[in-house]
Amino acid sequence: MKFYFVVLTTLWFVLPVFGQECTHSVSGEIIDFHDKTPLKGALVLVVGQNTKVTTDNLGKFTIKGLCTNEIELEISHPECTSQFLAVNTNEKKELKISLEHHLELLEEVQVIGATQKKKTASSIEKTLQLQTLERMSSGSLGDVLKKIPGVSSLNTGANIVKPVIQGLSGSRVLILNNEVRMQDMEWGDEHAPNIDVNVANRITLIKGAGALQYGGDAIGGVILIAPEKIVAKDSLYGKFLANGATNGRGGNATLELVKSFENGWFVKAQGSYKRLGDLEAPNYVLSNTGISQVGGSLQIGKNNFKEGWEAYYSYFDSDIAILRASHIGNVDDLITAINSKQPNFIGPFGYTIDNPSQEVTHHLLKGNYFRRFEGLGKLKIQYDYQQNQRFEYDLRRGESRGVPSIDLTLRTHTISSDFKIDADNQKQLKFGIMGRLQNNAADPSTGVRRLIPDYDKYDIGAFATGEYNLSNQLILDAGLRYDFSRIDAKKFYQRSRWEERGYNVDFGDLVVEDFGSQLLTNPVLDFHNLSGTLGLKYDLGGETDISVNYALSQRAPNPSELFSEGLHHSAARIELGDLRTKSETSNKVALAIEKKSTKWGYNVAPYVNGIDNFILLEPSGVEFTIRGAFPVWSYRQTKALLMGIDASLYKQWLSNWRTEHQVSYIKGSDKTLDRALINVPPIRLLNRLIYKRPQWNGLRVALESNYVFEQNEFPPNITVFSPQVNENVVLDINTPPPAYHVLNMDMEMTFKMLKKDDFTIGMNISNLLNDSYRDYLNRQRFFADNMGRNVQLRLKLYF
Amino acid sequence: MKIKFFSALAMTSLLFLSCNNDDNAPEPVNEEEVITTLTVTLTAAGGTPIELKSQDLDGDGPDAPVINVSGSLATSTTYSGTIKVLNETESPAEDITLEVEEEDDEHQFFYGISGLNATTEYGNFDDDQNPLGTEFTLTTTDASTGSITFTLRHEPKKPNDGTLADAGGETDITVTFSVEIE
Repeated sequence: MKFYFVVLTTLWFVLPVFGQECTHSVSGEIIDFHDKTPLKGALVLVVGQNTKVTTDNLGKFTIKGLCTNEIELEISHPECTSQFLAVNTNEKKELKISLEHHLELLEEVQVIGATQKKKTASSIEKTLQLQTLERMSSGSLGDVLKKIPGVSSLNTGANIVKPVIQGLSGSRVLILNNEVRMQDMEWGDEHAPNIDVNVANRITLIKGAGALQYGGDAIGGVILIAPEKIVAKDSLYGKFLANGATNGRGGNATLELVKSFENGWFVKAQGSYKRLGDLEAPNYVLSNTGISQVGGSLQIGKNNFKEGWEAYYSYFDSDIAILRASHIGNVDDLITAINSKQPNFIGPFGYTIDNPSQEVTHHLLKGNYFRRFEGLGKLKIQYDYQQNQRFEYDLRRGESRGVPSIDLTLRTHTISSDFKIDADNQKQLKFGIMGRLQNNAADPSTGVRRLIPDYDKYDIGAFATGEYNLSNQLILDAGLRYDFSRIDAKKFYQRSRWEERGYNVDFGDLVVEDFGSQLLTNPVLDFHNLSGTLGLKYDLGGETDISVNYALSQRAPNPSELFSEGLHHSAARIELGDLRTKSETSNKVALAIEKKSTKWGYNVAPYVNGIDNFILLEPSGVEFTIRGAFPVWSYRQTKALLMGIDASLYKQWLSNWRTEHQVSYIKGSDKTLDRALINVPPIRLLNRLIYKRPQWNGLRVALESNYVFEQNEFPPNITVFSPQVNENVVLDINTPPPAYHVLNMDMEMTFKMLKKDDFTIGMNISNLLNDSYRDYLNRQRFFADNMGRNVQLRLKLYF
Repeated sequence: MKIKFFSALAMTSLLFLSCNNDDNAPEPVNEEEVITTLTVTLTAAGGTPIELKSQDLDGDGPDAPVINVSGSLATSTTYSGTIKVLNETESPAEDITLEVEEEDDEHQFFYGISGLNATTEYGNFDDDQNPLGTEFTLTTTDASTGSITFTLRHEPKKPNDGTLADAGGETDITVTFSVEIE
């Protein structure tokens, strides 16, 4: 193209010398690519000349008086990407040019702060933009998402953070990394999402199951992690970001480079590294809580308007130390830990990641291709492969020291395709299919019976979603999805467990081989799941709209819920799944009223979620072994009801001062047993005061107050026999810790290094007052306080 | 176009490469570290040894340990005690006492006596002269009934004041035997 351009321009300078007559002309029509309607007001420019015309009401134009028959035209329209076209006026006089007149592409290249097109019309969504993400680049995905009302987190210490959306987490929350659904053993409470937030350009959270194209089982919600859309222009740019933290005495850094070309080719490489030593609570070192994390991604592709492809690879490896004091032997140790209010092991600060610890590696490989069809829509085809390797290390004796207790490899292949019909601006239809093959392999050389068995899983899904503009104010959206899944497992049961659970009566035919004290079984379980959604969004005017959404979703039980069986050493508990577990079915209605103006705005969103056969894990009793008594945590199904409200408010008081306020409340009840559900997030109240002074090098100072109430609704504690005191005692395992208040502060300024606003320096102080507190949704709350004050310094350089 | 073709080819080949699902039956795992059996033998000079035994053959399975005491203790007698720890899920049974004694700096037995007129004393020690306790002596005085609890702690604080609370660490074994002195 460049060559052509040079030739053309050269010709234009040279040719007039020969005194050629300027009598050539060209005319044509410009139409919309999608619905083929004429585009008026499009600008047609002859490259290298001053000649330009605009199209009339019928999208037509004529250019006369051209001195040469070989010209290049640049066609542009305010809402379109420009198009270049080489024309020989001797060969063709009447042109028909279609331009991409649609918001979609604009949306893809939109800058921070601008409104984005939502993924669904009526579901409740929130997008975190790059600027917010960059301020939190040292945090985990769960930490970042907590900024959104209605989102809390289920922690194991400070480094393992699982997002909880409106009270639901784990397999009920789908995470998509660059449109690939993460398959990373999300079933365990101590399994954090294997994603580095630094790969994201923006993160969108959709509450509930309204976005059916991503899966029908998102009873909690969907998290979309989107990398940057790279614009087709010749450019080379990058970014460097670094953080240093006082708590943990380490930091992280990330480097990103992008090379793009006018013709649509692009390549992007990104890498990041994070290292922290032991974290510190206000009064003591949290011994063995360090982390070492490496992430990287490579993206290459060619993106043109009509078609494009992309290959994407991402790597994530994290080595996380688990608080030494949380590794306990039996129920007496747990009672001692709960009563002592102080970890039973406090060592000096160190960087070493000792056992107990976990090391997880995730590879994600994706290839996709899309093609747009004029006047019809867009076809997408995608294949992805993921490999998740998880090692969990316990404190072990003798030769087993250093041998992992859990060694699982999960491999997943997915092929998917969808077609979007968007030619008509008033309605949009999308349908697609998905096929998935998954294999889990548990390495027997651990010398510990497999907590999760070897299995093959097959999934097939199909969906159709649509959006229809009933009027200028009213949008209707609806969708339907069907999923089939089959798990074919090879599972060893202890004979005593098999009989205690009554499986010998109900599933006697599943036994494949008898090993004496153990039985090899082959359960093959099929699940048919249906999900649907229906919603309306109405524009009330005055930057206010109201939406209502109903979603039905069904989720098949995950391998942990079905097959867990045995002592989970790192948690000192016996976890029991249930082969009889059925799919759970959620019926959720969500309402939202939102106002967004520059001066002020609010969002009030109540919801009701009734879940049949809700699967939960809770303490159910104790079992005795020679090591003493262990609490048994069993999976159970019940009728659950979750009701709550998320509300937020912001106001721009003066041009420099702004306040933001959020509150989330949720009540979870077990309707079958008529009591509270376990692990329901307590009420959270967040208030933020922001001062901005752009003329002072973009100064921004924010003070944030986080108040978390005490959860006063929880299931009853259990009574256990304590060999140590030789009597029954109450195990205070469900009692939540008291309310707490934490203050955070953040400030930043932007400077010029090489070009304008390319260098940002910032400081973040979390737990400003160094308060001691424990959080109900932190599994280590029995053993130690949360992190104390942390001062972080960050640098960001764009180049 | 060529690239498109090759990338498609690469992806397809990957699909086949990674589908090495072997349908072989997985092998069972016999837990290496499970402790199933604790046997305490109390021997007095000239008398029949008395055996206190706790056996839990399904390890962390649902069955509770089976506890057996072979007889009563005599008054005013000094017994020399030895503790043996086994993993009987393996065949032949693995003697875990050897591992415990080898890693003596990381292990310690604790003896808890309640209601019995008896005292205990450590019989073996680690290299730092801190107690290990797979060997001990038990001295009885007057007739009484009560219980003895044997607790093995992994990675306790060493030295400690002899109480479980001070020692910390994690419990590998804890067994309580009802015993009579007559």
